[in-house]
Amino acid sequence: MTMTTPFPTPADFQPLLPDDAPVARPRPPRSHWQDVRGALVRNRQAWASLWLIVFLLLFALVGPRLWPVDPSLQDSDRISEGPALGPVTARVVAGTRWPGVTVPDHPARGEIPAARLEAPRELRLAEEATTQGVRLVWTPVPGAATYVVYRNEFRPNGPTELGLPLGETGAGNRVGFQDRLKLEPVRYYYAVVAGDGVEESDRYRLIEVTPRRAIDPERAREIDPRLAPGATVTLAVHPLGLDSLGRDLLARLIHGARTSLFIGLGAPLLFVGLGILYGGLAGMAGGWLDDWMMRLADFVVALPFLLFMILLRVAFGIQSGESGVAPMLAAMVLLGWPTPARLVRGQVLQIRHAGFVEAARLLGVGRWRLLTRHLLPNVMGVALVSLTFAVPGAIFTEAFLSFIGMGVVPPTPSWGSLCQEGLKSLWNHPHELLFPALCISMTVLAFNLFGDGLRDALDVKTRERP
Amino acid sequence: MARYVLRRLLSGLITLWFIATATFWAMHAVPGDPLLDDKATTPEIRRNLEARYGLDQPLWRQYLLYLGHMLQGDFGLSFTQRNRAVNDIIRDHFPVSALLGVAALLIALSGGLLWGALTARYHNRWPDHLIMFGVILAISVPSFVFAAWGQLLLLHFRAWTGLTLLPVAGWGTWQHLIMPALVLGLGTMAYLARLLRATLLEVRDTDYIRTAQAKGVPPGRLFFHHQLRNALLPVVTVLGPAIAAITTGGFVVELVFAIPGLGRFFVQAVQQMDYTVIMGTTVFYGAFLVLMVTLADLASAWVDPRIRLE
Repeated sequence: MTMTTPFPTPADFQPLLPDDAPVARPRPPRSHWQDVRGALVRNRQAWASLWLIVFLLLFALVGPRLWPVDPSLQDSDRISEGPALGPVTARVVAGTRWPGVTVPDHPARGEIPAARLEAPRELRLAEEATTQGVRLVWTPVPGAATYVVYRNEFRPNGPTELGLPLGETGAGNRVGFQDRLKLEPVRYYYAVVAGDGVEESDRYRLIEVTPRRAIDPERAREIDPRLAPGATVTLAVHPLGLDSLGRDLLARLIHGARTSLFIGLGAPLLFVGLGILYGGLAGMAGGWLDDWMMRLADFVVALPFLLFMILLRVAFGIQSGESGVAPMLAAMVLLGWPTPARLVRGQVLQIRHAGFVEAARLLGVGRWRLLTRHLLPNVMGVALVSLTFAVPGAIFTEAFLSFIGMGVVPPTPSWGSLCQEGLKSLWNHPHELLFPALCISMTVLAFNLFGDGLRDALDVKTRERP
Repeated sequence: MARYVLRRLLSGLITLWFIATATFWAMHAVPGDPLLDDKATTPEIRRNLEARYGLDQPLWRQYLLYLGHMLQGDFGLSFTQRNRAVNDIIRDHFPVSALLGVAALLIALSGGLLWGALTARYHNRWPDHLIMFGVILAISVPSFVFAAWGQLLLLHFRAWTGLTLLPVAGWGTWQHLIMPALVLGLGTMAYLARLLRATLLEVRDTDYIRTAQAKGVPPGRLFFHHQLRNALLPVVTVLGPAIAAITTGGFVVELVFAIPGLGRFFVQAVQQMDYTVIMGTTVFYGAFLVLMVTLADLASAWVDPRIRLE
């Protein structure tokens, strides 16, 4: 029957013929959850976020099997090494003492005051620079009593910016110096300044050195007993680099994911559960009990979180400087439940007077069945959404607490504590902060976007049916 | 309106009393004794110390004394800093935190309104997508990471150009304020932008907008007078929680940027287990937040009559 004009014609008031009667429904009935699933799948952002969440969970659960590197194993030769996808090779070089270079026909004691001393005319490497030692040689300066060697990681712009004073040769004819101080295969700027024994000259000679990665023969024998000095050895792969104590960052991230996701998912699960119970009870009870229960929830929201964190740490017998996962979890649960409780109560109040519940009650449906068939399924949506949105908050809280040293404390890895450690070497080794920060951000992002999608999918008003 | 104000103020006061009481009893429920270490070497010294800190009184009297002192605005003496009153600590360091917080809030508000309005104005076009990408980024990255990146950016700028754009850390001049305030306000700004975008889009589909459009209201006037004005309500409502978020976020930002604010002091007191300072600053912060939330509630009730009639 098509409507050609907006006005009904007499034909519209004729009884229907049998074959004009409404036929079977065009598609089988779909349950609410099937609709939600369909809406979620169509929301590409939310669907991708769901897969990201699955990936992160797998990262934490299966990660240690796929990447069985001990997160506490230290490799002191490769501290703070950056991420590398390919294999890293190193020369086997024995770090030995070096007597230096003494110029025989040059006076050891100089007489010229520092202000008039020249810089060494030439400064060069005595042999190839490795991380086992950088050997510098320079031409003697007439009248110098001693030489001071400096090292900097930035190009110095003047005599006051030479960097770390490494040592002094102590004589005008001693023109060699070996640096073995915590060397990394990065660019250094060495500077040599002549001095009169008290003061130093303002003129300096600069050399740019990038030491080659090298390891001690002793350590090389641990990898392969046949390795002799001079050989090249391929070192273990660390795809995300190493931290400031020479530990594999990927392994620490995986084990940190276990801590962070345990707190980030565990705490919201517990307090949203508690909130459903509390809010459901308050909503069902109604009247003055509901009033008082909600007032209590209001007060709990106002309680200072950090204070309770401290108290619980003390109550759990955790000294300052120790990791406390349990008190962190307990504090979040104790202070986190009012928000979901409030939402669930609102939902219960709304449904309790909805037509379908009244109808079910009139039909004589029992209390238990009313609760399980009608109230709980309708509350589940709100609960799920508040659960998804609680996870980012919990992960941020863990990171924040670990950052100020009240949560997970090194050496236990968690994303927050890894960030805290990484911040210390931000300038030289940004990867130590970047990767844990990326993990936190990815998780928070995924849960936020998934929560958005879930909320839209559950909202019948915004959801268009296919 | 007067009735509503009275009710809100009363409930704020009760909340404050609840915080103070919970803080007191929680602190006393903890095992241990602030005088257990080497301070109290002889029973005599111990007695004197207990008398000085009022620990020789029965617990209920201590509670009443504590409440009485608190009503007079006296938070007691610090346990770790000799002869320094908690009041002095608050007086010295709170203005710094407050200045930082106000700056951050202003940045968050102006930025949030601007970005939110722009995204709704260019809904589903490239400015919308671009801004929403930034907003999502700002929501997902912890503030201490932004703080670190901010510092790194300033350092790199200094290394490349040799010019000092802004100081990396410290406190004293207005230049010191910019970076921390920006970092602190960023999360709230993103949150506000997202909220405003959602409400602006919701308002766009209402009957009164359609009516105004049909009447021939010019687009600019339609946006500012009809759409934005009605969409601002939820923003006013979340101001209280936003201030709370900026306050707690300030702890970390003050730590990273070495700002001598109350937040950094609080974290220090937490690490040193300085009980009176923790209690005093907690109650002080609690009072401040309750005041802010109450003010935000009153503001939204003043803007929206439906709230006060609820």
